[in-house]
Parts: sequence; structure tokens; C-alpha cells
Amino acid sequence: MEEQTKVETTQTNDTEAPLDKNVRLMSPTRMVVRRFFRSRLSIVGLIMVVSLFLFSFVGPYFVADLPDEVVQTDANGNPILDENGDPIITYVYHDDDGKWGEIELDKRGMTEYAVSETTYTVNGITYTLRQTTETNIEDNMLAPPSGDHILGTDNQGYDIFVRLMYGGRISLIVSFLAVFLITVLGVIMGGIAGYFGGFIDNIIMRVCDILICLPGIPILLIISTILDASDIDAKYRIYLLMIYLTFISWPGTARLVRGQILSLREQEYMVAAEAMGYSVPRKIFKHLVPNVMPQLIVSMSLSLGSMILYEATLSYLNLGVKAPYAAWGTMINIISQDQDILQNHLNVWVPAGICIVVAVLGFNFIGDGLRDALDPKARR
Amino acid sequence: MLKYIIKRLAMSVLILLGVSLIIYFLIRLMPVDFIQDKINAINQGGATVSEETVNAMYEMYGLGDNSFLGILKGYFSWLGALATFDLGTSFVYGIPVADVIFDHMGISFAIALIATVFEFLIAIPLGITAAKHQYSLRDYIVTVLVMVGISLPSFFFGQMLKDFLALKLGWFPASGLIDATASNTGLALLGDYAMHCFIPILTIVILSIGARMRMTRTNMLEVMNSDYIRTARAKGLKEKVVINKHAFRNTLIPMVTSLAGLLPSLFSGAIITEQVFDLPGIGNIALDAMNRGDIPFIMGYNMFLALLSVIGVLLADLMYGLVDPRVKLE
Repeated sequence: MEEQTKVETTQTNDTEAPLDKNVRLMSPTRMVVRRFFRSRLSIVGLIMVVSLFLFSFVGPYFVADLPDEVVQTDANGNPILDENGDPIITYVYHDDDGKWGEIELDKRGMTEYAVSETTYTVNGITYTLRQTTETNIEDNMLAPPSGDHILGTDNQGYDIFVRLMYGGRISLIVSFLAVFLITVLGVIMGGIAGYFGGFIDNIIMRVCDILICLPGIPILLIISTILDASDIDAKYRIYLLMIYLTFISWPGTARLVRGQILSLREQEYMVAAEAMGYSVPRKIFKHLVPNVMPQLIVSMSLSLGSMILYEATLSYLNLGVKAPYAAWGTMINIISQDQDILQNHLNVWVPAGICIVVAVLGFNFIGDGLRDALDPKARR
Repeated sequence: MLKYIIKRLAMSVLILLGVSLIIYFLIRLMPVDFIQDKINAINQGGATVSEETVNAMYEMYGLGDNSFLGILKGYFSWLGALATFDLGTSFVYGIPVADVIFDHMGISFAIALIATVFEFLIAIPLGITAAKHQYSLRDYIVTVLVMVGISLPSFFFGQMLKDFLALKLGWFPASGLIDATASNTGLALLGDYAMHCFIPILTIVILSIGARMRMTRTNMLEVMNSDYIRTARAKGLKEKVVINKHAFRNTLIPMVTSLAGLLPSLFSGAIITEQVFDLPGIGNIALDAMNRGDIPFIMGYNMFLALLSVIGVLLADLMYGLVDPRVKLE
């Protein structure tokens, strides 16, 4: 594949020029890149994915700084005084950089006043008893979108916009990690099975058959229970679950690689490699696997999307990333406990869903574009 | 052919053995006192897990004996029970797990079957138009729309539909399978079912159309490039006849094969959709069971799912040999 070069002639008036000036040599990689960027959908996909990356990894540095302390105000904006006549000051909890963080609650709760009046008539004189109930809500919960909180706060007082960024970090890191592991494992197992064939192939393929028949989410439910029982830090749960996902997902890649290698190993250049006396690993990983790369890249970008969906589903079922840490799925999970948020606080859960859709769609567009670009038979 | 079927059946049994080994290994990883905690929680929740049920479960899985031989013995005793379709007694429901699965898989199957019928009815024509007008605006629009469908997380899209169609517009009931306040019978009851199942089915159809449509499109494009299509056109046949008779019929092979593979999985239940709409299907029951620590049920459910997917693979392979005369099974 590397040796092949596509020759494209450019129009020229100078017939005397040497041949290599009349033709422009393009490496296969460059051709693929050109075909990829010719498709509008792939560019859209690329933009979607890159902007999500920037949003999640760079975004938190651009969140507005917060004051260290805030004077509590009542509904009219006047400071609330304590019994000594001093304004009540709340300290704002934020991360080390003085910004809203992933697990910092907005502690600037409001004080709600409920006034009830009761009238009594005693001996012809009417008394009005006015009762004022003061409720101090410590956390600023379900705040509407404002300059302080671009998308408002959720039912605990977390800033939704900032949590979207941190949630994106987890989703993207976890799915990249899983896809990387799946590919490595799949290439090694598929390469070995395809190259050696026979008994080894049989064993590996039967293991694949077994793993493919394992139910996905129901087994994750069991594993999650085991993790519950063994006190794993909430932060690392999702990684352990994704390792299991890797464990059941590599057979797909392995089958792909094996199928390709079965047909490739019969080709002449492999006979040549044999004649040169190359070692087996060199033949597999230097001569066979690179030729499977196009299909691998496509399947990788498509499985990135499905891994994000998987992670989101796990978090939605409260198996993956658990509170107080953020994940897009966890942020949607809030509505399964609270119908009020589902109906009246769309800003709490819809943005997370949109992020998931954008991420998955972006990877699918890219995968689709790559499939077309890498297909040597493609006519466009 | 017969030899092939027997060979495949033997292979399926082996696969099931492998799956059961992994599932058994998982339950052995569960700390025993944790199981006891869960049982206590169920007891506090109103239901009573009888001592007998718990002891029967311990015996069935051979829990408590952690020596190598004990584990081995536990595995085989569980396997022996499995072979007679004895999946143990559910903690939460107090009846055999097999009965719980059997009671609830009907509703899951009905919903999945209807959704699949609509999925095929909508996706196939879409795929054909997209292939017929490849790279046209129509192809673009259809492709983008189904890609969005593929990318939607089921829980998010289901909740959106529920919020909009059921809660905001009030056209459909938001959750459950029947209206508990009305005692409908006959046709009215059927109508009530239909109203409750409309949004869940809509969710499943929209999410699954994409893959099917793309499959149709790819197959169609492949067929359209073949020689016999050129011959058909050269004969001067109408484009309609070429597409519908010559091309489409040949895309049916992968379609029928995948349908055969799909059939068993219709019984498995859509966990997320059923959870969102609170339908009493097998998926929702399983989710609930797991959250409450109903170990016999979840083990049985996992084996049930594995069995379904083994049957699915088997059916797909056999069907492939049946519908495609070029394939010789051996």
C-alpha cells in the first residue's frame, strides 16, 4: 500500500519538460485526506468533535472568576442583616482557580419569605396576625440561566455549564481509552488467529463467539453491584466498567482483522516476505496489519461514537460516573427521579443530551467520511 | 445439511457453557455479606425472602464453600439446575425465575415486534430511494436524518418524546401499560394498550431505522453495480421494474438473514426504553431486580439473554444457507 503512488497528470504546455515535472505525485495518504475533506459531512463531523474537545478540555480555564465571598440579598436585592445588623456573608465554594468547578456547589442560597395573615375578631376589634416564615435555602438550586450560571444550576446547586465541560472530559477520555484498548487487543488476537489459522484460530474464534453472546448492560449491572460491594472510588468506577466493555467488544475488531489477514496472507508480497526470512511478528504487524488499517480506522471512529453512547447509558442508569462527579448521562439521570425537572427545567437536562448527540453524530460523520475516503473503489 | 446443523448445535452448547462459566465466575466475585445486606433490604421493603429461598440459592450456587473444589462443585450444581430450566426462586417475586421471565417477556416481545415491522416498512423504501439517487440532495437528507437517529441516546430521546407528546401536549399517557383508573375490556383495552405503547414504539423505531436504512442502501448500491442490472437495463426494461424486481429482490438475502438473527432478541426486552416509560417488560423488571439485589433473577436473565443470542446467530447462519443458493453449508 505504501509503495503504490497514484499519478495525476496536470495540464502543461511545455512538452519538453521531463516526465516528473508533468505529473504530480500524490501519496495515498494525501489522496485520502483530500477525499475526506471533499465531503461536507466529514468536515461538519470534524468541527463538531473538535469543538467538543475544546469545550471540555480548554473550556474550564475560561470560566469567569468568582468572588470569594458574597453578601446575601433578599428578593429586592437588599442585603440581609443578622441580629447585630451586619450583612450575612457567604463564602463561595469554588475550585483552586477561583472558578466554578465540577463538584463545587453554589452556596449562595436564597432566603425565602412566606407571609401568612390571619384575622381575629375579638370584642368587635379586628386583629391581624401577620406571620413571616423565613426559610434559608443553603444552596442556589435550579437557578435559571443567568450571567453567573450560563445554563443555570441543577437540583443540587451545581453549575450546569461547567459540569457539561467536566462531563465531556470523562466521556471523551473513557471512550478513547476503551476504543484504543479494543483496537490493540483486537489487532493482536485477530492478527494471531488469521496468520496462524488452524487450531489457534479455532480457539480464538470460539472465545470470540462466547464473548459476543455475553449480554452487555445486564452483566454490567452485576459488575456494578460487585463494585458497590467493594467500595471503589466513585471516580474510578467508570474506568473499571469500560475495561469490561473492552473485554466484550474486542471480538468485533478481531474478526475484522482476521478476515482481512486471511485473504492478505495468500498474496505474493507475503510469499516475498516469507522468502526474506522475516520473523513472524514482523510479518504480522509490519506487513499484514498496516493493510488492515483503513478498515480499522473506520471501525475505530464508528466505535468511538458507540462507546460514548454506552458510557452515557451506564451513567444514566447510575452505574457509571456517580454524583458528585459529572457525566453527561448522570446529568440526564436527574429527571428520572423528578418529573418537575423533566417538564419545567429543560436547561438542566437537555444540554447534556445535545452534547451526547453532537459527540456521537460527529464521530459517525467522520467514520462515514473516512469509509468513503479510504475506499479505493470509490468513484468520487 | 443435517450434519452442519448438528455441528452448529454442538457449537452453540459449547458457547453457552462458556457464557455460563463467565456468569458464574461473576457471582462468585460478589461478597457473601453483601448478598445478605441486599436480602435484608428486600425484607425491610415489605417483601419477605424466606429462609428457604435463600438457602436454596446458596446451595444452588454452592456459595459459602470457597475452596477450589467447592467452586467447581457449585458451578456444576448450578449447571445441572440450568439444564432442567430451574433458575432458582426470585427474591423479589417469590416465584421461580423462569416464571417471572415467562410472564414479562410477552409484552417486551409485542412491543419489539411491532417496532421491527414499522422499522422495516419505513427503512427499506428510504434505503432504496437513497441508493437510487446516490449523492443527490435526497440521499444527503435521508442519510443525515438517519444518522441523527442512530446518534440519539435512547434515554434522552425517549424522555424528550415523553416530555413533549405526553406531558406537554397530553396526547398520550406518560408511563405504564394500562390506565389503572379505567376498567377497560375488549377493544377499549386494546386501544388503551396502543395509546400507552405508542411513544415507546415510536422511540424504538426512530432509533433503529438508521441502521436498517443504511444496510438497505449499501446492499442496494452493491446490487445496482452488478452485471445483471446492466443487462436488465440493456434489455430496455422500465427503471421501476429494474429496481423493484431485479435489484430489490437480490437485497433480500442479507435482509432475511438479519431478520432471522433478530427474532430471538425481540424477547430480550429494551431495558432503557422500558425504564423510561415504566413498562412492565422483561428489561425493566431486570433493571429493578438488579437494583434490589435479586441475584437469582439477574443470573437467570443473563443466561436467558445468552441463550437468545446463541439461537439468533444459529438461525441467521442457517437462514443464510437456505435463502442463498450459492452458499453451501458444510
